[in-house]
Amino acid sequence: MELTPVSYIRWIPALPLIGAVLNGFAGAGIQRRFGERGIAILACAPVLLAFAISVQAFLHLLSLEPESRFLLDRVAGWIDIGTMKADIAFLVDPLSCVMILVITGIGGLIHIYATGYMHGDQAFWRFFAFLNLFTFAMLTLVLGDNLLVMFVGWEGVGLCSFALIGFWWTDHKNTSAGNKAFIVNRVGDFGFLLGIFLIFWSLDSQGHGALAFRDIQHHAGSIADMHFWGWPVATLATLFLFVGATGKSAQIPLYVWLPDAMQGPTPVSALIHAATMVTAGVYMIARMNFLFAMAPETLAVVAGIGAATAFFAATIGLVQNDIKRVLAYSTVSQLGYMFIAMGVGAWTAGVFHLVTHDFFKACLFLGSGSVIHGMSNEQDMRKMGGLRTKMPITFWTFLIATLAIAGTPLTAGFFSKDEILWKAWSSEYGSPVLWVIGVAGAGMTACYMFRQVFMTFFGECRADPEVQDHIHESPFAMTMPLVVLAAGSLLVGFLGVPEFLGGSNHFHAWLAPVFEHGAHGGAHHGHHDVAMEWTLMMISVAVAATGVFIAYLFYFRQSFSAARVAAIGGGGPYTLLLNKYYVDEIYNFVVIGGTLLISRFLAWFDGAIVDGIVNATAAITRRVSAFNGMFDNRVVDALVNLLANRTYALGTRLRHVQTGGINAYLYVIVGAVTVVLLARLM
Amino acid sequence: MSLAVVLFYAFAIFTVVSAAGVAFSPNVVYSAFALMGTLLGVAAMYVFLAADFVAMAQVLVYIGGILVLMLFAVMLTHRIATANISNRSVGRVPALLIVSGVGLIMGRAIYRTNWVLGTDLPDAPSTYAIGTGFLGTYVLPFELASFVLLAVLVGAVAISRKELRDAQG
Amino acid sequence: MHGISLEHFLTVGLLLFVLGLYTVLTRRNAIGILMGVELILNSANINYVAFARYGGSSTDGQIFAIFVIMLAAAEAAVGLAIVLGIYKNFDSIDVEATDTLRY
Repeated sequence: MELTPVSYIRWIPALPLIGAVLNGFAGAGIQRRFGERGIAILACAPVLLAFAISVQAFLHLLSLEPESRFLLDRVAGWIDIGTMKADIAFLVDPLSCVMILVITGIGGLIHIYATGYMHGDQAFWRFFAFLNLFTFAMLTLVLGDNLLVMFVGWEGVGLCSFALIGFWWTDHKNTSAGNKAFIVNRVGDFGFLLGIFLIFWSLDSQGHGALAFRDIQHHAGSIADMHFWGWPVATLATLFLFVGATGKSAQIPLYVWLPDAMQGPTPVSALIHAATMVTAGVYMIARMNFLFAMAPETLAVVAGIGAATAFFAATIGLVQNDIKRVLAYSTVSQLGYMFIAMGVGAWTAGVFHLVTHDFFKACLFLGSGSVIHGMSNEQDMRKMGGLRTKMPITFWTFLIATLAIAGTPLTAGFFSKDEILWKAWSSEYGSPVLWVIGVAGAGMTACYMFRQVFMTFFGECRADPEVQDHIHESPFAMTMPLVVLAAGSLLVGFLGVPEFLGGSNHFHAWLAPVFEHGAHGGAHHGHHDVAMEWTLMMISVAVAATGVFIAYLFYFRQSFSAARVAAIGGGGPYTLLLNKYYVDEIYNFVVIGGTLLISRFLAWFDGAIVDGIVNATAAITRRVSAFNGMFDNRVVDALVNLLANRTYALGTRLRHVQTGGINAYLYVIVGAVTVVLLARLM
Repeated sequence: MSLAVVLFYAFAIFTVVSAAGVAFSPNVVYSAFALMGTLLGVAAMYVFLAADFVAMAQVLVYIGGILVLMLFAVMLTHRIATANISNRSVGRVPALLIVSGVGLIMGRAIYRTNWVLGTDLPDAPSTYAIGTGFLGTYVLPFELASFVLLAVLVGAVAISRKELRDAQG
Repeated sequence: MHGISLEHFLTVGLLLFVLGLYTVLTRRNAIGILMGVELILNSANINYVAFARYGGSSTDGQIFAIFVIMLAAAEAAVGLAIVLGIYKNFDSIDVEATDTLRY
């Protein structure tokens, strides 16, 4: 493993940071002087330039041997305390290269889209300052050469997410959604921190204190047999890291913030809450794959949580009526698939799904933004319909992305999702149960996505007449990214066509150097049971097609009434789903109610017992002080005053020595010297 | 008695008499001129001690600088044309007593002490040795002296200016 | 050296010192007092140079004498500036008159 030191990588995160600083501190003035166009150029140019540099880094990597595709840009030393050494350094390897291409590429498209979407907003500049800052933080996260730099980015994206969810802060709902995102993320971040601490502590106790990823990887073997409170350190550390991942990537039990995060502007939902930030957890696990590979128990937890999330989020998505909330639960569900992949050790499959999901989910979100834009900020799908003819570009791109997410053969989502399902079945950590849950989730995904398409774009328009009059196709700045992303949704899948379909799977070969140490379910996995693979693929396609067909019957042909299905079991199951299993309410009751309960007990304890002790102490102190005061006034003061009076009396007499005449002083001096001399001679 | 001894005594007496003039003259201007005689006599003493550089410094700095300064001060502080330039003394008797006491004690010290004398040196110019000393062993005090002089210069100007402004105001 | 001994020079220094001291003690004129100070400094200088000459091979005494001359010049400059200041304020340089700071 050879590193190539370079010094241009730092510009990839630095450029968006410059954009953020300029927009943040001078944005108001620029907007006043040059209008929105100035801000737009200032915001988009750094990201697009960063994309260009990322492409350059990619080409640079291509020119190197596969085993030595590592570019290290060490900017400066940072922390050097004892055995703890951390540099501000950026690493480009095949994994982070994929990430920066996606972040800057899709991020750039979303920036351009946002210039159209945010048109007319008073705080146009503030939006782009935070969007650029987010890009900077996300790039720092994926480029960081060690856990601490990664953590800086990790916290940075959380902060920007908070700021952008609450961007329209005048509405209390938005700010409380931002708070929720931030606080839930803090829980996860705390787990991540504990994981970092544990990794550093255990490595340090073996004499290999290290924070850089390759050093940790190099010395990971030394902690394989270490235990901490009876737990293997590797398991414990990876579990803590996974807690961090569940927070950022919205998995059970910390997914609750993501649906609420849809309060933010739609480009934010697309960039942060679909394409980039929420994939940070997946990226982090992929980055630390060597450690997770040492902890099969953790992997089982990861896969289990991922499958549960994929399934439950999909069931909630079936009944939501807000166009963005459906997409939010779909995101949670798709992230669950990535965690299934991580949990069965199929790192490349997970990252591949991450990339394809970025394309079609960004496209879906931007498409929904376009719809909302055209519908005068209406988000309820029950009031839409028939937009197919009025917004053709939006419709076609949205349809393509929907086909991709539903797993239609030959689209991007098909290849990546199918690979994950196959690995879930065949990997040594996988099991048929995971596969069944995954296929069921895929079927529901297809169903609710087409439900959305039918409700939004087909049938009669159910909006108010005056809203209907204003429905229009979005401007070029918004449709152009849609088209690019839709094309991506169709095409990026071909990067990873599996071998049994005749592909050569470039994506696996590209990422192989990163995952070679933990490639249990990766590209080099032994024999393929081609017949079984074909069978499983057919079943999953069939299930997805069934999902589409059900959506078609209910929402296009309306052969069945959705309301009658909702009434099954007295409407109980429907209500349960509509209210998202009451998870928010349960959290409210347990966490907030529990906190209040403890607080009340503590308040009572404080009032009755602590205050009692304090008051008793105060009473005793007062008595002692009173006595002290008396003693002070009668005895000490008397002595002090006596001394002062004597000194004053003496001074009154002695001051006559100060005659003010120089000659008198001289006499005294000379006389004194004479006396001293005489005394010396006698 | 050789010529040198005669000259020494002559200069010594000149010096002391001039100093007495400084001490006893009732007029401050006369005192100043008597001081000039004393300073010249002391310069002669330096010459007898083979301290050529110190002698020249004495003449230049004391007579050329300090004494002229004092005469200026005298002229500035007395209205020569109108008033009698007073140099009044007070308390002569106790002063004489104390001074003669000090003189006796010191004289006793001078003549009772058994001075340790070094080897007799030939008379030679000492400027080179002094210059080496200033830029060698004594370079720090030498540089400090320049700071002192700078401070004095600024201080003297500052004091005078302030008073002038007050006088005008 | 030619019949002139260390004691001769010390005696001249002693006399200058005594006369300077007398001047300082009796004068009421500030400039007169400064002149007395100059006499005392000169007597000290004579001692320095004499000891340097008779005591050994060093020129240290002469160097000290030059420092003393330098300091005397500084003292005279500042002293006379103060005297001028006093004169401006009190219209007199009689030290008996400047007793503002007495008890």
